[in-house]
Amino acid sequence: MSVIGTRVPRKEDPRLLRGCGRFGDDVSAAGQVWARVVRSPIAHGRVRQVDLTQARRADGVIAAAAASDLPAGLAIPVRLAVQGIDLGGYLQPVLAADVVRYVGEPLAVVAAADPYAAEDAAELVEIDIDEAPAVLDAAEAARPGSPLLFPAGNVAADFTLGYGDADAAFQRAAHVVEIDVAIGRHSGVPLEPRTLLADPDPRAGSLSIFGMTKVPVFNRDVLAAMLGIDQDLIHVHAVDAGGGFGVRGEFYPEDYLVPWLARTLGRPVKWAEDRAEHLVAVNHSRQQSHRIAAAFDADGRITALADEVVHDNGAYCRTHGIAVPELTVAMLPGPYRVPAYRGRVRVVLTNKTPCGTYRAPGRYEGAIAREQLLDVAAGRLGVDRIELRRRNLLRPADLPHHRAMTTLGTDVVLDTGDYPALLAAAAAEAERLGYHDQARADAHTARRRGLGVAVFLEKSGLGPRDTADVAVSEAGSVRVFSGGTSLGQGIETVLAQIAADALGVDLRAVDVVNGDTQLQPFGTGSWASRSTVVAGNAVHRAASAVRARAAQVAARMLEAAEEDLVVADGAVRVRGDPAVAVGLGDVARAAAAGSPYLRPGEPAGLAARRSFDVTHMTYPYGVHIALVEVDPGTGQVRVVRYLVASEVGRAINPTLVEGQLRGGAAQGIGGALLEEFTYDQTGQPQAITFMEYQMPTAADLPPIDVLLAQLAPSPGNPLGVMGAGEGGISAAGAAVASAVRDALGLTGSVARLPLTPSRVRGLAEAGQDQNVGLP
Amino acid sequence: MKDMHRIRLRVNGHEHELAVEARRTLADMLRHDLGYTGTHLGCEHGICGACTVLVDGCPARACLMFGVQADGAEVSTVEGLSTGEELSDLQQAFSDHHALQCGFCTPGFLMLAEAYLAERGAAGSGPPTEAEVRELIASNLCRCTGYQGIVEAVLATARSRRTTGSP
Repeated sequence: MSVIGTRVPRKEDPRLLRGCGRFGDDVSAAGQVWARVVRSPIAHGRVRQVDLTQARRADGVIAAAAASDLPAGLAIPVRLAVQGIDLGGYLQPVLAADVVRYVGEPLAVVAAADPYAAEDAAELVEIDIDEAPAVLDAAEAARPGSPLLFPAGNVAADFTLGYGDADAAFQRAAHVVEIDVAIGRHSGVPLEPRTLLADPDPRAGSLSIFGMTKVPVFNRDVLAAMLGIDQDLIHVHAVDAGGGFGVRGEFYPEDYLVPWLARTLGRPVKWAEDRAEHLVAVNHSRQQSHRIAAAFDADGRITALADEVVHDNGAYCRTHGIAVPELTVAMLPGPYRVPAYRGRVRVVLTNKTPCGTYRAPGRYEGAIAREQLLDVAAGRLGVDRIELRRRNLLRPADLPHHRAMTTLGTDVVLDTGDYPALLAAAAAEAERLGYHDQARADAHTARRRGLGVAVFLEKSGLGPRDTADVAVSEAGSVRVFSGGTSLGQGIETVLAQIAADALGVDLRAVDVVNGDTQLQPFGTGSWASRSTVVAGNAVHRAASAVRARAAQVAARMLEAAEEDLVVADGAVRVRGDPAVAVGLGDVARAAAAGSPYLRPGEPAGLAARRSFDVTHMTYPYGVHIALVEVDPGTGQVRVVRYLVASEVGRAINPTLVEGQLRGGAAQGIGGALLEEFTYDQTGQPQAITFMEYQMPTAADLPPIDVLLAQLAPSPGNPLGVMGAGEGGISAAGAAVASAVRDALGLTGSVARLPLTPSRVRGLAEAGQDQNVGLP
Repeated sequence: MKDMHRIRLRVNGHEHELAVEARRTLADMLRHDLGYTGTHLGCEHGICGACTVLVDGCPARACLMFGVQADGAEVSTVEGLSTGEELSDLQQAFSDHHALQCGFCTPGFLMLAEAYLAERGAAGSGPPTEAEVRELIASNLCRCTGYQGIVEAVLATARSRRTTGSP
C-alpha cells in the first residue's frame, strides 16, 4: 500500500517537541558580534544627520554604520515583476540616506559584543530629521496636491485587467448592485521574529548564512549581486523557521546589512529582531478599498463584474512589487461565470510600513469584496444567498476555463473541479453538523446569530520549475535535497512520503533536507502553495529515476532482466522468486566509483537530479461557512462554528492538509475580527506589541470543521495534487463578514474589516437605519 | 562596568554555576549562556508565552524574569521532558494530534500544559473540560494550528494520566 494519502506522523515533530529544532537564533559562531538596527522614529522627513559618534564610543561597540558607509545606490530588487511595470523609482534602500518614509525604516546599524550593549549603543545614535507631512490615507495620497513620497508621485502603478465589454453589459443589465468595502492592514506575524547569522570564512572569501528561508537560492543570488561576489561563495544553510505566511524569507534590508557587516568586520554577525521591530519592519499586507459592482440579467445571472481597487502599499515597493494588487484583480472573478470583467487597481504609496504578500494574497481581500457583493445582491434580487452563488458558479463542463488575463506571468486557466457540487456538499455538511439549528438559538437573548457563506478560488503550484536530488547511501538510506523550504508546514514529511512511494522504501529510511543552497543549488523555494505541487513532483521524478537506475544496476548484479525485477520494501527482487534479492544499499555499493557493475562512462552513485517544469498553475477551490454570535450592545463578535470545505486534488497527508486549513482559518478569522495595524495622524504606528496587535487565542476560536475533498485531481502534474496552504484563509474574511452581516440583518455591506467591537456597534446602529423604508 | 552576579541553579536536574549580568533575562541566560535553545523568544514582553519554563514547578515567562532571580531555583525546560529520544506522553500526544506545525511556540505550550496537568494530578481533580483547557492555553499564542490539536493533546494526556495514575 502506498504511503501517499496516509496520516503518517510528521518527521519534523520529534526534534521540535524535544526542543532540538535549529531556528536561526539557535545557531551561533565563535567570536560572533550582535547587530542592532537603528530605525526612523519619524514617518516622513528629510534626513539632516545620522551621528554615530556617541554610539561608536559606547562600551562593547565594535562598529556602527549609516547609509554613507555603504556602497552608494543599493536598493532591494523586485522578485516578482509582473505586467511589465517598472518600479525602479520606488524601491527601498538598505539604509535611508536622504529621506525617511515610514516609522521603522532602517537608518543605521550598530554591532557590539553582546545584544544588550548593541541595543544601548543604538539608542546613542543621534538622528536629526526635518519632519514633513505624513501621507497615511491611500485615496488622499492619490489625489493631486497630496504631499509626495517620491518625485514621480505616490501612485506606483495604475493598471486594469479584464476582458469582454463590461460597460455594455452594465448598460443592458436588469439589475446593477454596487458596494464599497475596505480591508484592514494586517499581516502574517509569525511567532518567531526574523534572525540571521552571517559567518564569513576568510580563507575562501565565502559566507555562511543561517536564517534565510522561503527563497534561499533567489536571496543568495540577490545578495551576491549586491555584494559583488560570486554566488557560489554564499552558502545558505537549512534552518527551522517559526512560521512563514508570506512575510518571512523575503529579501529585506537586514538581509544585506548583516552579511555586509560580517564581511566588513571579518567576524560572524548575529541579528535577532525584537517583536516591536518586527511589527513595523516586516511586510504588512491586505490594506485595500474596493468599489465593486455586478450586472445581473433578469434571472440573477452575472453579466459583468467591475472593481475599482485602491491598494495601500506603504512606503516602498519591496520584493513582491505589485504582485498582491495584480493577484487581487486577476483572481477577483473567482469560481464564477463572469462574461465581462474589468478590474482596475491603483497602487498607492503612503508613509507606512511597506507591504508584501500574506497567505492568500489578493484572494483574501478579493473574496471579501466579491462575496459581500453577492450577499447584498441576493437580498436586492430576492434570491437565496446560496442559490445565487449556485446559479453563477462555473460548471464542470465549463472547465478548463480560460480568462483573458495573466497573473504572476501565467495565463489564468481554471483547470478542473466541480464548484457547485462542493458548495452543495458544504451546505449539507453544515446542516448535518447543526449549524442551522444553532443559528436559530438566539431567539431568547439579546445576542444575534448569523450564518455566513463564501466560495473561494485559489491558485497554486506556480512554476516555472523546481528541482530535487534523491540519493541512496550504501546503508540503504535515502536522502532528498529539495528546493522547497521548511516553514513549519510539514513539507519534509510530505516530500518523504512522495519519495518513499516512488522509490519503494520505508518512510523511516528517507530524510529530507530543504533550503540548503549547496545541497540543492536550483531550488525555487516554498511560497504560493507551490511546494507539494512543484517540489513534490520534482521529488517524484527524481525518486522514480533512482528506482529505474536501481533496477538497471540490480539486473547486472542478479543477472536478471530488468523487466523481471520489482523494487519494493527497500530491495530489488526477481518477480516470482523473492529470495533472489539485493537491498538498495547493496545496489548503491554496486554503483560506487570503480565498481565492476558500472559500464564505462556511467556516472557513479545511486542518485538522480530531476526538475519538474510547469507552465500553468492549478486552481484549488472551496467553501467557508461561519456561524457567529454578535452582541449588539458591546459589538463583540464570537465565532461559534466554522467549516472549511476544500478541494485539494489529492492529499499526500490528510492530517497535514487539515492542519493547514484549520490554521489558515484561524489566521483569517483574526484578520476579520481582531488584527489591524493602525497609525495616528503623524504616522506613528499604534500596534507595536501583542497588546495592540491582537492575534486570536484559543479562547477566541471554535474547533474548526473540515470537509476535505479529493475529487478533482489536478491534470497538470503526475501526482494530481493541488496546493493546500491557502484555502483555509482565502475566504475566512469573506465568511465572517457574511455572517456578521446576516446576524445584524444589514442590507448593505459591512463596509470595513476588521469587524472590531466599535465598528460592529456602528453597524448595528446604522443597520436599523438601513432597513427603514425598505420593502 | 557590568553589574555581574554569581549564581547557581539547577536546570532539568543539572547543576549550573555562572556569572550573569543583572539585567540579563532568564530566557537569554538559558539560551545563550547555558545552551538550552529549546526555550524560544516570540515577543519579549510576556504575551506570547513561547518562552514559558517552570521555575520551582510553576510556569513562568522566561523573558520577564532576570537570570539572577533564578539563583537557587530548579528550572525545567522543554529539553527535560523526554528521556533520551523517547518522547513523554504529552509530547507524543502533541505529535499524535498534530498540535504543532512550525514548532516555535510548542515548548511554551508543553511547559504550560505540563505544570497544569501536574497540578491537577496532585489535587486529584477530575478530567478537565475542553473549555478549561482552552482557557488555560489562551495564555500562549500559536500562529499555525488554530489551537485545536493542542487542546486535543492536553485533553488526551489528562485522560490517559488519570487512567494510568501516572503524574
